[in-house]
Amino acid sequence: MAKNPKHRDLFAGALELMILHSLRVKPMHGYALVKHIKLVSDDLLQVEEGSLYPALQRMLRAGLLESKEGISAKGRPTRIYRLTKAGIEHLEREKSGFETMFAGITRVLAVAKA
Amino acid sequence: MEWLRRLFFRRRRYHDLSVSIQEHLEEKIDEFMEEGMSHKEALQAARRAFGNVTLIEERSREEWQWPKLEGIRADLKFALRQSVKRPGFAITAIMTLALGIGANVVVFGILNAILLHPLHLPAPQRLYTIEHQQHDWYSQSYPDYLDYRDSNHTFSGMAAYDMVSAALSTGKTVTKNFGYLASGNYFDMLGVRPELGRFFHANDEHGLNSAPYIVLSYDFWCARFNRNRHILGATVHLNKQPLTVIGVAPKEFHGTEVFFWPDFWTPLTNAVLIGYSHHYLENRSTHNLLVLGRLKDDVTPQQASDDLNGISRRLADEYPTEDYGLDARLVKPGLLGDTLGDPVRGFLAGVMALALLVLLAACANLGSIFAARTADRGRELAIRVAIGSSRWAILRGLVAEATLVSLVGGVAGTLLAATLLEGLSRWQPFVEFPFHVVVLADRKVYLVALLLSLGSGLLFGMLPARQLRLTDAAQAMKSGVGAEISLRRFALRDLLLSIQIALCTLLVTASLVALRGMQRSLHAPLGFEPRGVMLAGTDLTMAGYREEQFLPVEKRMLAEAARIPGVSAVGIIDRTLLGEGCCGSEAVFPAGTVDFRKEEFEARNFSISPGYLEASGTRLLAGRNFTWHDDADSPPVVLVNVTFARMMFGNTAAVGQHFLLYRGARPKEVVGVVEDGKYASLTEDPQPAMFFPLTQEINDNYTVLVVRSAFPPSEIAAALDRTLTGIDPNLPLTLHSWLDALDLALFPARAATAALSILGLLAAMLAITGTFGVATYSVSKRMRELGIRVALGAARVELIRSALGRPLMLLVSGSTAGLGLGILANRLLAQIVYEATPRDPLVLGGTVLTMALLGLLATWIPARHSLSVDPARLLREE
Repeated sequence: MAKNPKHRDLFAGALELMILHSLRVKPMHGYALVKHIKLVSDDLLQVEEGSLYPALQRMLRAGLLESKEGISAKGRPTRIYRLTKAGIEHLEREKSGFETMFAGITRVLAVAKA
Repeated sequence: MEWLRRLFFRRRRYHDLSVSIQEHLEEKIDEFMEEGMSHKEALQAARRAFGNVTLIEERSREEWQWPKLEGIRADLKFALRQSVKRPGFAITAIMTLALGIGANVVVFGILNAILLHPLHLPAPQRLYTIEHQQHDWYSQSYPDYLDYRDSNHTFSGMAAYDMVSAALSTGKTVTKNFGYLASGNYFDMLGVRPELGRFFHANDEHGLNSAPYIVLSYDFWCARFNRNRHILGATVHLNKQPLTVIGVAPKEFHGTEVFFWPDFWTPLTNAVLIGYSHHYLENRSTHNLLVLGRLKDDVTPQQASDDLNGISRRLADEYPTEDYGLDARLVKPGLLGDTLGDPVRGFLAGVMALALLVLLAACANLGSIFAARTADRGRELAIRVAIGSSRWAILRGLVAEATLVSLVGGVAGTLLAATLLEGLSRWQPFVEFPFHVVVLADRKVYLVALLLSLGSGLLFGMLPARQLRLTDAAQAMKSGVGAEISLRRFALRDLLLSIQIALCTLLVTASLVALRGMQRSLHAPLGFEPRGVMLAGTDLTMAGYREEQFLPVEKRMLAEAARIPGVSAVGIIDRTLLGEGCCGSEAVFPAGTVDFRKEEFEARNFSISPGYLEASGTRLLAGRNFTWHDDADSPPVVLVNVTFARMMFGNTAAVGQHFLLYRGARPKEVVGVVEDGKYASLTEDPQPAMFFPLTQEINDNYTVLVVRSAFPPSEIAAALDRTLTGIDPNLPLTLHSWLDALDLALFPARAATAALSILGLLAAMLAITGTFGVATYSVSKRMRELGIRVALGAARVELIRSALGRPLMLLVSGSTAGLGLGILANRLLAQIVYEATPRDPLVLGGTVLTMALLGLLATWIPARHSLSVDPARLLREE
């Protein structure tokens, strides 16, 4: 259970990136966030709750998100997370970083295959 | 302020988190139930899928906490466990540091009390003693004081005082007490408020004897009057003169001299009333007063000094004889100007430097043991680096351990020091003299202790840092504690150790020099023979005699004391040589001088009775002794010492020659020459001195009866007491042997010897542990090599040479360097210790022997260890 926090994901920052991107679509609460990522990735990506909540707190602390009281789809009290301005800027920067990285990896893999 | 806000909102954040997670679980349960599970099954499945709720919540919360703080806590916990697991290092370190820090705190405590804020007064930094530019000359005349006080533009106030002893009687009790004669504005200028009643003020003074008041010190009020509040308005007698008690000083005010605590204060204008000559207040060339001034707020000491020197130049012009060459200089108050200030400052600064060096050596020592231990933990540290721990985190752990140990050591040392300082404050070395040292640890002292502890922790904790940087994880894991990297580490450790040994040798040399000086000073040629002499000091003025009545009483004292059985010689002198307040001096001029502005030199002056030379054991080298026929009606005669004769008359025989004193132009005829002696201090250079007959010169009110006898001192003291009380029951008497009276003269040397011996002992202990550490380490690291050597047939001597050669070489080179330093440092010591020289064969031999013993002690166990090598077992183990 107690994983080294630095080796939480395959790509450091991937979870944050997905959370940020999902919340940009619309503000959500925790459960909805997991469902959303699972749905849009066609079940390819499964977010672990064990990582989700620490990540959310980290981003709240960094000022990328803000949370406020809300009601879930089932009518229960919960907290809705939304992106701040800093969060949007952070997302843009990270996204271009990831795109460059993926492009690079794809090219390296292509050479290896040939 | 961010952290404060965060702390405040943290509780809310935690609550938000719980709500979020709770809702998440509920939805998950709903989801599973929708898939057809029962509520119970769904609950279990959701929990399984979600994971450990508590742990997740905890990890989420951690995002809001301070990782550094938590980390430091963990480091400290780990450090504590390490120390408990291996108590040897912790105990050694704590004890070493406790001694090192304790020594520093004691020295700083004394420094703080005596030099940094000696007088507990408002705005002490603006108070200055006005001294002459010539060092050691602090006293001013009353008329000069009045001119300084009234003409300056830079002081907001200026007061004068003098320290006196006087007979204080209440009812039938007469005691000798110490007090200040102080100018009327004294208390107001200092800004002190009375505990009881009132102080005297400037407007109480209207000329001579106009303010018959006395103020008591708090301690004296408690001791003598039992804190009786009705004492105000009562009359006490000072040298038989009635004075009214008007007030009691506050408890913490002990006058304006650190080492002279008064029992009372009385206005300066009473000086004549209590028996001082009228010259005391009228004569410009009679210098008796200490002058203390308070600078105006916007004035610098330099401006004030310029101002005063302007006044003194004007006075020198106006009174060319009395104020010839008058000048002024400002010094810190409290230590008789710089007369005590200079040597005390020098001595304490020296001891402080030594104490710091000892602490530095302790740190070096611990640093090297710590580094050795870190090397032993090399594999553990390498594993930690390999699994991703940052070097910074490991270093933080090491520093935490060092700091923990040094803080505990610091606390222990401070407790030790506080106890010592408290003992020192209660200590009153001289019964005859109001000498107190009150050194209580205050906030500043504790702060210094804390800083020293933290500093030493960091210092020796950081030492292994370099070594850590060099650690290559893969290498260290393969070979354990590698021999490859140890070479460079050794170089650093070697340097530390040899510095330490050099320091230890220096301190051992210094303390041996001091001890030897002490021992020699007891056998030094003093110019008199104090053994077997009892001194009875009395003050005829205190007993109410006038000057013309002195001689008959003194003659009677001599005659009756001579009749005591067992007494072989008696004489009178007006000062105790090498005793308290010895001695005055006077300018002398060659015969025929007309212009008295520039004297030939100043000579110590004494008045003696005919039997004095025999009683004191002073040898007469030429000419004749005084007789009772040398009296007021016969030509003025004088005995001089060898130095005087040489300085005044050169190589021509002194007997029969004449010279002049300023007062009274009748030339003095030298009738005899006596041997040189020590007068004010044991370490002084030969001083010119002259002895006048009591019948012709009365220098001082004091009378010391010098009684030589082979009988036990206690018997003679009792008989003397009976005899003198029989002559006049009102005589204030102090009876002690001359050797006891020398205590004051020996005090600086004793203090220096004690301080040096303690520091030397500390340094020796440190050098032993240091050498022991390095030797042990060097042997244990080379066990395998030694085993192979034994297997190949090496002899025991060769084994020891290879195992301990290095520490022994360090010991020899360090000792040599230390001895060299000791020889260089001897000039410092020569000021306090009689004939201090490290070239003394006994000192040299003692130092070499001490260092050899020390080396033997430190390497004995490692040497035995190296000889007990069992090659078979060792090679098997590897």
